[in-house]
Amino acid sequence: MSLGSVPLKYRIQIDRQQCMQCMRCVYNCSYGVFREEDDGNILIDSRKCTACHRCISMCPRDAINLSEHPVDYRSHPLWTPQAREDVINQSRSGRIVLAGMGNAKDYPIIYDRLVLDACQVTNPSIDPLREPMELRTYLGQKPSKLDIRKQENGEIKLNTKLSPNLELQTPIMIGHMSYGAISLNAQLSLAKAAAKTGTYMGTGEGGLHKDIYPYQDNVIVQVASGRFGVDINYLDRGAAIEIKIGQGAKPGIGGHLPGEKVCTDVSCTRMIPAGSDAISPAPHHDIYSIEDLAQLVRGLKEATEWKKPVFVKIAAVHNVAAVAAGIARSSADAVVIDGFRGGTGAAPKVFRDNVGIPIEAAIASVDQKLNDQGIRNKVSVIASGGIRNSADIAKSIALGADAVYIGTAALISMGCRVCGNCYRGLCPWGIATQREDLVSRLDPEVESEHVANLIKSWTLELSELMGAAGINSIESLRGNRSRLRGYMLDEGTLDVLQVKPVGA
Amino acid sequence: MCGIIGVIDRQKQKMNGSGIKEALSLMNERGSGEGAGYAAYGIYPDFEDCYALHIFFDNLVEPKSKVDDIIQKWGRVVHQEEIPTKEQPNLKRSHVPWRYFFKPYTDLMTGSLTPDEDIVKYLVMEINSSTIEGALVFSSGKNMGVFKAAGWPEDVANFYKIDEYEGYIWLAHNRYPTNTPGWWGGAHPFNLLNWSVVHNGEITSYGTNQRYVESNGYQCTMYTDTEVVAYLFDLLGRHHELPSEIIVKAMAPPFWDEIDEMNDKERELNKAIRLTYGPALMNGPFAIVVATHDGIVGFTDRIKLRPLVVGEHGSRLYISSEEAAIRTMDPQVEDIHMPGAGEPVIGRVVT
Amino acid sequence: MEPVHIDARGLHYTPLNQQIRRAVSEGTTEIIVDNVLGQRFIADGLKGEVTIRINGVPGGDLGMFMNGPTCIVKGNCDHAPGNTMDSGKIVIHGSAGDAVAHSMRGGKVFVRDDIGYRGGIHMKEYGEDHKPILVIGGNACSFLGEYMAGGVIIVLGKSSNPFGGRGVGSGIHGGEIILRGELKERQLGVGAKITEFTEEDLEKISPYIEEFCGSFEIDPEKYLDTKYTKIVASSSRPFAGKYVWE
Repeated sequence: MSLGSVPLKYRIQIDRQQCMQCMRCVYNCSYGVFREEDDGNILIDSRKCTACHRCISMCPRDAINLSEHPVDYRSHPLWTPQAREDVINQSRSGRIVLAGMGNAKDYPIIYDRLVLDACQVTNPSIDPLREPMELRTYLGQKPSKLDIRKQENGEIKLNTKLSPNLELQTPIMIGHMSYGAISLNAQLSLAKAAAKTGTYMGTGEGGLHKDIYPYQDNVIVQVASGRFGVDINYLDRGAAIEIKIGQGAKPGIGGHLPGEKVCTDVSCTRMIPAGSDAISPAPHHDIYSIEDLAQLVRGLKEATEWKKPVFVKIAAVHNVAAVAAGIARSSADAVVIDGFRGGTGAAPKVFRDNVGIPIEAAIASVDQKLNDQGIRNKVSVIASGGIRNSADIAKSIALGADAVYIGTAALISMGCRVCGNCYRGLCPWGIATQREDLVSRLDPEVESEHVANLIKSWTLELSELMGAAGINSIESLRGNRSRLRGYMLDEGTLDVLQVKPVGA
Repeated sequence: MCGIIGVIDRQKQKMNGSGIKEALSLMNERGSGEGAGYAAYGIYPDFEDCYALHIFFDNLVEPKSKVDDIIQKWGRVVHQEEIPTKEQPNLKRSHVPWRYFFKPYTDLMTGSLTPDEDIVKYLVMEINSSTIEGALVFSSGKNMGVFKAAGWPEDVANFYKIDEYEGYIWLAHNRYPTNTPGWWGGAHPFNLLNWSVVHNGEITSYGTNQRYVESNGYQCTMYTDTEVVAYLFDLLGRHHELPSEIIVKAMAPPFWDEIDEMNDKERELNKAIRLTYGPALMNGPFAIVVATHDGIVGFTDRIKLRPLVVGEHGSRLYISSEEAAIRTMDPQVEDIHMPGAGEPVIGRVVT
Repeated sequence: MEPVHIDARGLHYTPLNQQIRRAVSEGTTEIIVDNVLGQRFIADGLKGEVTIRINGVPGGDLGMFMNGPTCIVKGNCDHAPGNTMDSGKIVIHGSAGDAVAHSMRGGKVFVRDDIGYRGGIHMKEYGEDHKPILVIGGNACSFLGEYMAGGVIIVLGKSSNPFGGRGVGSGIHGGEIILRGELKERQLGVGAKITEFTEEDLEKISPYIEEFCGSFEIDPEKYLDTKYTKIVASSSRPFAGKYVWE
């Protein structure tokens, strides 16, 4: 009691003159902010508000107003309101503070300090509408050279066999968000969208629900440390297999699905008891060193008769380049790097905001290291963590990535407003919840169209950006640092990125 | 812009440089007087087993002694001299062009299937990197040589007395620079070992191609995108032993929608090439002619943004930016045609 | 009046054009230029009623901005003959390079043999007397009629399938491309569609075919039937559905 309550995070107000008392806000809010009284009046409890915007987006009269931090503290550059409130929270509880979504600290965004090139005079730009523009991407191991001989009769013979690769019609894939962390309807929407746009989505570590089986040719199954839902049926159904070692939001620690979200269906898919917390330990307990990883990769390939590519996902940390080089030697087909802005359903706030490095620097140093060691062809590099638009994608590819995973962006296209309260399981958009009444609000037919639209529009923009740079094949953008310039980036960062400053 | 022309006499009958000088000068509209160059094969019959290293020296004191040192560690200099030149009023003498006739000590390069070439390649990369200032190797093949400078084609030709050399393959280039101002090292042809390249256009995929060759042991030091083409040919041709048609397919491949329509065998081959050699794919407008001692290859980018014309007459094959240039060299030329986008035109020495 | 003879051997294009203009201003109606080898911009911006016979291989941009004269070339042409031409006629007894009749807005270009890529790119028309006609006796390469906004392109082809390339009429929003023989859907560019070639169409283009054949002393009979494919714009705003406001 002596600490008192912290001020409201958000204040909700209704413009009573606009309000037509349709009660949509009452019905839609799953956090209990609104209460209908007998006389038709609506009472507001702002303290419960999470800024999910469900009520605002459903109000037919735009009568609802939301303000953040409605109560001022004395301003202070070091002791921000957040810093003060975290201390109060921990003093009260004695526990680790959990939070959702990606890094919320005010680090500079490297993407926003990189600019792209366009051709003029010395080179024509290419119009992607009228001339061919190739964004087709193949992910997987590539040979370092081809053994091609000319026969005596003049025929050309190819003696090298190619490893299995995934074929993508666009370099944008949908990242791993597990069933349990998100609802089945949300996962279904993502799977349908991936099939519609000729790309792939990840199952996350929650297993593969049977409703997703029709889309399994566009699904990458994940094997995480908890091995949830991993059996031979699961492995056989995926188009590729991804071993999750870490994720950008919480490098070094494992996954955590609170028991509240483990309903019957989730527990069945994950093969754990209902209501229990689903904990993925930090390391895979059969991988304590790099050679163990190679064993797991080969174990998975052997189980699936070497027919499927195997990816390895790591968080971007300081020695990410060295780890990636080790992964390249382990028979894996791709390295997925999750930068420190990667999203999550739940992570300790201190990890989410302080551990890991930006994806831009990680891709650049991984690409450089693999090139230096002459092994860049052994793995594809997939970037993820805070990709917001097609410019971020173009820049990621120019820095060395073969493709990207999007996470938060795909959720936003289904309605998410990034309120960050995923761990509570009350998402009113039907995304990060298992409550049937909420999940039914998300119509996979409609939402898969939205996600597909997002991927389509970014693919169109990417074509335009490439055309303007005089490039008609995505292979020629990959690692092409000379098409980027850094604006207001320090020398050290420019050096790591191998990018020149603007004007140079 | 730039104008290019290449010719091969398939029966190795020699031509002197006067013809190609005329042809190149006809294309002065395509150039800017900031660079021109010639490459010729078969011109040093007396030293045909030696690597003819052509080097620009800023002066003959420091840089030359450093180069003398490093070369003599790796092999024997059979003969050396300043390349004979004749002063031209419009050509500023920025460097001293020198040539060494060099035989490497084969057993010094271990673990290589082509030790002599690897020694010479090593020397070229070493001298051209910043460790030795004031020296630049611009030609390093056997029984062939590149002659280039910053100036108009006739001036460069007369400076090096091109008329006095007799070769069975000639390449020439008239430069209008796109990125760096005219300097002697930036003129074409670019050469490494027996590969010489002339290029009209600009490579938008340069950053990607450069990383690929650099991860395979080459160093790009000439500030000009064309350099990477010579290294790609050396890597794919000499190291990976790919036939020329396949190298061109890697650099100017058919589109995926065309590959999808091919028969199984063709599709598999083209897909394998694109997947493996993606970083060698060249984007941007270009018309390129590459020469080596047993043939020339000409090709354009896959959407034909630059012109290329081919002509034949008897044992001679001509490839150029303009028909008029070919006719200047050979008024009786027949069978003039234009190859398709990305389609290789190959002229081989008949043995 | 006697035709004026000009020997172009060793002559740069500027003095050559000066000689041509002088002859035209003096009222000459026929000029014969011999030993042409690579000179660009011949008859560039030239106006008047005059026929210029060009013997040899002209360089790029023959007849650029030309407004009225007729050029007859005995030899191949280089890049973009008829570039942005306004009116007049170019007859080429040979082949031509890329971007033939680029941005042409009137007059006629007849090529006896083959042309390169992007033939007729950006051709446009307005009014009755500004309708450009490009007729090719041999084959054309990819991106024929790219960005076309008006005029007519006819490819007669030496075999029954003249067009083996892709991107025909890519971005077309006006005008017609008429190819002898058949075309597959996948060879079409964005925004182009194949429509029926009717007897009416044949009536419209017969005069051009006859004039073309007359220039090269070919018998027009074998071309006067309906074995053609006609390609037009599928809409005048093919890309409206691609954009959305902020």
